Amino acid sequence: MPFAGLDVRRLFQDERANSQSMDPLRIVVAKPGLDGHDRGAKVVARALRDAGHEVIYTGLRRTPEEIVRIIEDEDASIIGLSSLSGAHGFLFPRVCELLKAAGLDDVVVFGGGIIPQSDRPALYDSGVRAIFGPGTPTDDFILFLNEVQERRVSNQPVGVGSSDGWHWG
Amino acid sequence: MVGIGDDSMTNSELASQAAAGSRRALARLLTLIQDGESESIESVANIENVKSIGITGPPGVGKSCLTDCLASFWAGKGERVGVLCIDPSSPITGGSLLGDRMRMEQSGVDDRIFIRSVATRSSFGALPFRLKAMISALSLAGMDRILIETVGVGQTEIGIVSMTDSVLLVDGPDRGDIVQAEKAGLLELADVIVVNKGDLDGAEQAAANIRSGLALGNSESIPVLVVSALNKIGIDELIYALENVQVRSSVEEIRWRHRLTSALLDQIHSDSKFDSTVNDLVEGRIALEQAIQIILNE
Repeated sequence: MPFAGLDVRRLFQDERANSQSMDPLRIVVAKPGLDGHDRGAKVVARALRDAGHEVIYTGLRRTPEEIVRIIEDEDASIIGLSSLSGAHGFLFPRVCELLKAAGLDDVVVFGGGIIPQSDRPALYDSGVRAIFGPGTPTDDFILFLNEVQERRVSNQPVGVGSSDGWHWG
Repeated sequence: MVGIGDDSMTNSELASQAAAGSRRALARLLTLIQDGESESIESVANIENVKSIGITGPPGVGKSCLTDCLASFWAGKGERVGVLCIDPSSPITGGSLLGDRMRMEQSGVDDRIFIRSVATRSSFGALPFRLKAMISALSLAGMDRILIETVGVGQTEIGIVSMTDSVLLVDGPDRGDIVQAEKAGLLELADVIVVNKGDLDGAEQAAANIRSGLALGNSESIPVLVVSALNKIGIDELIYALENVQVRSSVEEIRWRHRLTSALLDQIHSDSKFDSTVNDLVEGRIALEQAIQIILNE
């Protein structure tokens, strides 16, 4: 029984409920640098799609310059960066820096992958607003996006260009 | 007023910034057009559209890779190329996973190439609404050529014929999927047909099968080429074929038929009465025949 215990109708109803909770966003999910592992990025992309958003997946091994260009052309308001190579300490701040240089200060950056706790404060300082590690329930991204939208609506700083130190979690 | 970041501006300011070469302004203009924002659609209404090519074919034959290849070829000749990659939206959640960029690695950060992923949204599986206005926005922004990649060769994708000046149909070796295109009547509507992945066995055979299929329908004049987008084989010949497409009167009539149909559909969907009429239908207040009367009687 491949679908034992799974109430398909219930699943669809829940998805509808989730998708109506906010306006659809355009979100880029990117793999910066020399890193061929994208299972995590694909799970995130799929979860965001299922929450009703338009997700642009970049594919592997993109430079920070390419990623910023993609965000610009796609008019995306959120970027998720995934890195399992250990180079997050360079790549994530570089993307933040280039976003600010391109005038894309209102874009919200979040990250995921193998990111040790000790590395996280520096990433938050560079403008990353959330970091999700392995095992994160997909609902967490949706809650994070809800919070981002609430902050936007109430004019609280949330974009990569704001010097406010707010971050998720 | 529409905004980019903290700057708010009028629709016409946004359009003139896009025309002056601002990628952000063009990107935002495309968003507003797809959202159905009427002033943005009007701001590009009188633009003369540049040459456009529709690229279609079954999933997995290498359309994105070939589109990437063509865009960087023309960009290398100094042209500015706009690319629209169309992917379906989920009818359940409305969400969409736009993955064409995975296969578009050459276009990278070339300033002459502008790529935009477009979800089909409420047109569910067919071509997205307001595609014509998006082509106009890219034309306004100074593109010399526009490529539109769309998935599938079913009855709905045939609409690409109405949107672009020419259609490139892509197939792979040993697939047999082109039979679907034949069924839908797209085979005869294509201006150029390629069998991609020409480095694999069976490519020449697939091309021969397509040629004999065309001969049965008196459409032998349509070029059928074997290319490899990955290894850049046969691309020069493909470019030549695309730049020398012959106008066929039999196709022109079908083209205008589709153009008129999709323009009418776009207009109906942008009418505020449409949504309220759908609601009336859902609530059982009116019958379908009445709904048609309400929408058609201005």
